[in-house]
Amino acid sequence: MTSSTYASLLGLGAAVVLLCAVMTLWRRSVGAIVKVLAVQGVALAGVALSIGIDHHDATLAVVAVLVLAAKGVVVPTLITRVVRHDPASRETQPLVNVPASLVAAGALIFLAFAASRSVTALAPTATGRLIPYGVAAMLVGFFALATRRKAVSQIVGILLVDNGIALVAFLATAGVPLIVELGASLDVLLAVVVLQVLATQMRLRLGSLDLDQLSELRD
Amino acid sequence: MSAAHAAGVVGASAVQVIAVAAGGLVLLGFMRKVRARLEGRVGAPILQSLRDVRKLFRKERIRPDVATWIFPAAPVVLVATVAVAAVMTPLITTQPAMSGGSDLFVVVYLLLAGSTLLALAGMDAGTAFGGMGSSRAVMIGALAEPALLVTILALSVTTHSSNFPAIVRATLANPGLIASPARLFAVAALLIVIVAESGRLPVDNPSTHLELTMIHEAMILEYAGPDLAMVTLGEAMRLALLLGIFVNLVLPWGVATSTTALGLVVGLGALVAKIAVLGGALAFFEVFMAKLRLFRLPELMAGAFVMALLGVVSGLVVK
Repeated sequence: MTSSTYASLLGLGAAVVLLCAVMTLWRRSVGAIVKVLAVQGVALAGVALSIGIDHHDATLAVVAVLVLAAKGVVVPTLITRVVRHDPASRETQPLVNVPASLVAAGALIFLAFAASRSVTALAPTATGRLIPYGVAAMLVGFFALATRRKAVSQIVGILLVDNGIALVAFLATAGVPLIVELGASLDVLLAVVVLQVLATQMRLRLGSLDLDQLSELRD
Repeated sequence: MSAAHAAGVVGASAVQVIAVAAGGLVLLGFMRKVRARLEGRVGAPILQSLRDVRKLFRKERIRPDVATWIFPAAPVVLVATVAVAAVMTPLITTQPAMSGGSDLFVVVYLLLAGSTLLALAGMDAGTAFGGMGSSRAVMIGALAEPALLVTILALSVTTHSSNFPAIVRATLANPGLIASPARLFAVAALLIVIVAESGRLPVDNPSTHLELTMIHEAMILEYAGPDLAMVTLGEAMRLALLLGIFVNLVLPWGVATSTTALGLVVGLGALVAKIAVLGGALAFFEVFMAKLRLFRLPELMAGAFVMALLGVVSGLVVK
């Protein structure tokens, strides 16, 4: 792989991760958002794999396969299953309307790029230059967390934040140790499983997955 | 050399204008045909739109009594601005006439000048429908505008120039630019903006005459005869030009870098093939698409805006 193809491949992967984060704010149906998340997982795995190939690092390639399996396949399947049992959460009901969210996302992207300028100045390599993408994806994830009131949308926000952190980790350190990556991935997987259990409980007790209903006491 | 070169440049631009004018109407017929076939109808012949325009040109000229000079001027200005834009965009050759002034901003605002006057003319006739159509068209235009500006910025960041022929030349010299994230985002945003500006699905339904949903058709409702022929011609030219701009930004191969006769023929063939493929694809997807609610359009345009913004940011970060 020549260095320019490597750089543009990495740039494309990082940009797709960020684009997918923005797309989750754009789309309304949770089904579509889950598909976007799956694409984001695949792009993340692609970034890890291209760094692994460039560094001749077999561990990173294994991590890439794990990321692909966990974030590209397992997590989206689990979320789809939660949504299937709860027709009411098929559409997100954001507190901020979609155009305003998108403009806010644009502002957050600029904020992320401005804030991580000193980081990129430290490491002006092909990977280091892309760190702001991960930071931006993370901020967009936080925004999604703050403005969505459904349990499913909340887990989507957490996954966005996690994917952003993972992207920064890959780009900044050329891959964290396998055991750390395993821990992080399993953590998220566990969170999704917990969500599934919680969602079932919430539906049994409340009949819906609307988090606002949790703020009141009930008999 | 210089006289021959000048003749070549003028000839190339003349070919471009004729190709856009004739090709635009054929493209309209072609897209209608594709839709009709996919919907299980036979559809009108591809050249039907040419015949319609010829028929309209022969008809009597009727204008509303209350209309001012704007009403008859708008169709002429529409056709003229698109023709000027067609002269200077690198559709067939990267050396069109006035290529020094062929800035993307100039091209885009020439096209907008025509649409703006058409929107004014829609209100000029003094009917409720025309005003409603104009207000909707202007709303879409106002939403598409920021996205379009940022898209142009994203396109110029990668090539350090907003001169359209220079962008195409730089892309031809360095094909890696096409796959760069900045260009991909900009092109995706541009596609959304072009669909909105040319009034195709999911923004506007070009084949409807239902008063609740129509935008463009409502605006030109008062036009008849030769005026309507000019409006139809202008709109068809604009569609062809916008698609031509798009395909030459996405896949610039085939565009002649000289103004020799052979190069022009190859360039024309490549342009027709590329536009036919893109137009066919647009018509194909339109069959499976519903029109968006008018109040959902800001979401679509905000999406295009953010996509273009991502393009700018990527262009600045990934060299």
